[in-house]
Amino acid sequence: MERLRRTMMFVPGNNPGMMQDAFIYGPDCIMLDLEDSVTMAEKDAARLLVYNALKTIDYGDTEMVVRINPLNTPYGKKDVEAVVKAGVDVVRMPKTETADEVRELEAEILKVEEELGCVGRTRIMAAIESALGIVNAYEIATASERMMGIALGAEDYTANLKTPRSKSGEELRLARETIVVAARAAGICCFDTVFSNLDDMETFRNEVEFIKTLGFDGKSIINPRQIEIVNEVFAPSQKDIDKARKIVAAIKEAQAKGSGVIAVNGKMVDKPVVIRAERVIQLAIASGIISEEEL
Amino acid sequence: MEIRNAVAGTLESGDIMVQIAPAETEGLHIDLDSSVAAQFGKQIRRVIEETLTGLGVENAQVKAVDKGALDCTIRARVTAAAVRATGKDVWK
Repeated sequence: MERLRRTMMFVPGNNPGMMQDAFIYGPDCIMLDLEDSVTMAEKDAARLLVYNALKTIDYGDTEMVVRINPLNTPYGKKDVEAVVKAGVDVVRMPKTETADEVRELEAEILKVEEELGCVGRTRIMAAIESALGIVNAYEIATASERMMGIALGAEDYTANLKTPRSKSGEELRLARETIVVAARAAGICCFDTVFSNLDDMETFRNEVEFIKTLGFDGKSIINPRQIEIVNEVFAPSQKDIDKARKIVAAIKEAQAKGSGVIAVNGKMVDKPVVIRAERVIQLAIASGIISEEEL
Repeated sequence: MEIRNAVAGTLESGDIMVQIAPAETEGLHIDLDSSVAAQFGKQIRRVIEETLTGLGVENAQVKAVDKGALDCTIRARVTAAAVRATGKDVWK
């Protein structure tokens, strides 16, 4: 089963206190940031901090992502070398506009992996933060076998569109839908942009509900307080769980009988229904509503 | 190895600020200020020493103000200060 990625928590790469505590709050993914949250004068120190943290701190099952600086800056390639050497799960590329940029990153990763003898270990995700990136979303999503996901970065995107961000997020509609469709067509994950106003949890919850409806796997977050809300929104209803359990039971029954046909209440169950049921069960377990033993 | 004055790290909780300067006499002279010096002072000093020795820095004056940093943070900050002080490329 594909891992759950409901929350990707951004943590500044030059803040050791936050880096060592981040996993305590239980985000599905932690993104250590070497880009926007680190001043140019501190890029070298943050890189060393992230490298040493990844090498030392046991983050358990949390997926570890590092946002590097763009490859066309003096920092990007050094960031790749450091984080691949540290064994990061995923390298997040900022401001991705073309598939060629992903391939360039892949070549840089490969160079380091060849040196280490671990070719293919590191995955890639691309943040799409411009109109050109949205136009090329599917090409970006399919640019490499290593692609884990694509994410919307709304601040740069709206600046590029020459429009301000609104509470309703109307200006992000096309970008969000494009990213979900591109990710699904490519068979990878998709993440919505951050919501920065920590004093307005109601709008945050509405936004999470909306992006879940659109089909996003999860949301980028900037504060541990946002985790619970995202997990609540992504938790399946009891009705969905009951239905999914019947389907899972029917799969087991069919397997026991050696039958390829799965039926629930006398009706045949198609593959998409099975996939959806498995996802509901996965979310229910992750949300603590049911335990694996109960199944 | 030529050493310039350099500093890395912050005074925020969980961090350590490390200043490196040329030594007036041979060896590593570590001046440590930490609220947990009684419990972890020896360990902090050992990590600082090991990190500097590993980078080939044998003679230096080091001032460290610790705010409860983990060993990995101490290594990162000492390395950053040493790189800034010496110009050494630690990634090669």
